[in-house]
Amino acid sequence: MNAAFAPNEPPLDPPVLSIRDLRVEFPTRRGVLTAIRGVSLTIRRGEILGVVGESGAGKSLTGAAVIGLLEPPGRIAGGEIHVSGKRIDSLPRRQLMALRGKTIGAIFQDPLTSLNPLLTVGDQLVETIRCHLPLSRTEAARRAIDLLNEVGIPSPELRVGQYPHQFSGGMRQRVVIALALAAEPELVVADEPTTALDVSIQAQITGLLKRICRERGTAIMLVTHDMGVIAETADRVAVMYAGRIVEIGPVEDLIKRPQHPYTRGLIGSIPSLAARHERLAQIDGAMPRLNSMPAGCAFNPRCEIADARCRSDLPKLLPSGRGSVACWKLALAEAVEAA
Amino acid sequence: MGALGQPTLRVEDIAFHFDVSPSWFDRTVLRKPERTLKAVDGLSFAIPRGTTFSIVGESGCGKSTLARLVVGLYQPTRGSLSFATGSGSDGSVRTQMIFQDPYASLNPRWRVGDIIAEPIRHLGLRRAGGETDMRVRELLEIVGLSWRDAARYPHEFSGGQRQRISIARALSAEPEFLICDEPTSALDVSVQAQILNLLKDLQRELGLTYLFISHNLAAVRHVSDRVAVMYLGRIVEEAATDDLFERPKHPYTRFLLDTVPDLERPNRDRVPAVVDLPSPIDPPTGCSYHPRCMLATELCRTTVPEPQLLEATYVRCHHAEP
Repeated sequence: MNAAFAPNEPPLDPPVLSIRDLRVEFPTRRGVLTAIRGVSLTIRRGEILGVVGESGAGKSLTGAAVIGLLEPPGRIAGGEIHVSGKRIDSLPRRQLMALRGKTIGAIFQDPLTSLNPLLTVGDQLVETIRCHLPLSRTEAARRAIDLLNEVGIPSPELRVGQYPHQFSGGMRQRVVIALALAAEPELVVADEPTTALDVSIQAQITGLLKRICRERGTAIMLVTHDMGVIAETADRVAVMYAGRIVEIGPVEDLIKRPQHPYTRGLIGSIPSLAARHERLAQIDGAMPRLNSMPAGCAFNPRCEIADARCRSDLPKLLPSGRGSVACWKLALAEAVEAA
Repeated sequence: MGALGQPTLRVEDIAFHFDVSPSWFDRTVLRKPERTLKAVDGLSFAIPRGTTFSIVGESGCGKSTLARLVVGLYQPTRGSLSFATGSGSDGSVRTQMIFQDPYASLNPRWRVGDIIAEPIRHLGLRRAGGETDMRVRELLEIVGLSWRDAARYPHEFSGGQRQRISIARALSAEPEFLICDEPTSALDVSVQAQILNLLKDLQRELGLTYLFISHNLAAVRHVSDRVAVMYLGRIVEEAATDDLFERPKHPYTRFLLDTVPDLERPNRDRVPAVVDLPSPIDPPTGCSYHPRCMLATELCRTTVPEPQLLEATYVRCHHAEP
């Protein structure tokens, strides 16, 4: 972690992923539900940005919007997504399909459902490679073996001819990562890549993601609910709540000195291995439903320090320390508003 | 000895083997051998009344099979389970289970109120009508839902809320002994904290005994009085919670504790070893952990270690040190 990655400094080179004021909507019979309400973030080359939040916070939807895999009727209703300086949210479907896999790789939670059970691992890799790169079948097959080798699968020459069911959970997830890397993407969106795996396997997969990021300079958006995985893997973290980023900043600052009351509650509610507490800190209540968003800050009904302004005005994400926080109760937010 | 001194559950040398043999034809014509999967292979432990006993282990170690044995969904291949006397219909403690997957454990065609009321009606715990409805409302509020939710269907709820419904259903039978099979693994951390706190409160107020099964070591540390670590169907280490977490004796326990990411001590530079759990159908000879173990010697490859008492910890390892 060095100062160049601090979010408030001017960028040294254009970020690989830049999302500006993204809004995602779901039109329903009872009106339009806004699931993502203005998310902005950037990820640089060789950087892992962790996106954390509870179910329904919109973290996976943000990832899906970047990959262009929003489930209809979900749609991008506003904002811009740029990958390597190119705007992708307005591209026609066909062009987006060509981009997906080539420039953006995707890793999903369940390695069994993201592989085709009827094709050998080698066939799936060759298909993906040839779809994006101008290689012959033999060259692609050689590259498939190299990829399996790179993601740490022992005896890849033998393994390419096997079917997904012949792989263990951790090995399957490695195959999924190999598929995501097949066309050397600049950005990988990993949605809960370790959630379905045991701890010993989880450490292997996060280690692999870090190595890919370091060796290839791939930018990684790591979507997860597991703060422990973030603490060991990410460079920066964005905490999402009810479709917005409430806090974003360098990982050690955010974990050691969380600023937003929600982040503080979230970190406090994680049981520690090192010590035993009589009670865990808990945030009472639940995240508001999309159809009954409170006015002002979405966290105000659960927040212990909320006041009248929190209940009426939406706080902006403003710089604070080395990160940014959206909370009225921080001195800086009040000062900026007064100025 | 009075009923209070009696452990809620005493398990002695319990085992459960699945028959995974090839078909009769393959065995006869192709001479394929019979095969058994020893999901649980000789466990002994006792859970004192009003305490929490936890089982931790990775997928395939047999912890969910153990839960099913304890509630009686499977009959043990050998060994015995003895329950303390209690208010159950057979005179032993009343037992309920909270299942792992809240998507599969609730009937999608029933309203939540009916799901929670079923044990009350079946066991005749409250008079039908108003009293049962009051109890359902009370239970919904105990688990952090609204009484209005009684009229809704399970599909209208998130995974976390469904797990609360299944906890309310388990509580509705007024159990003395709850088996929790990964009760929080489907929940968000802030919800997990609510549920773990809730389970602790219920234990204090109602004197419940828990068998808590989980792969989440941090959650286990938080709720347990005693912890047993399982590996391929056997308990490799069993100790009081603080002893196990502060002075782990078995190499596998040490490995697990080192591998779990911890917020207070993140290890960003770890070099993970490539390991795969061996198949329980064909477990390694001797100590089943030896292929992964740094301390393994010839003795470990040939001889199964027996549990030995080291300080206050039971550990199955030839090379365990104080």
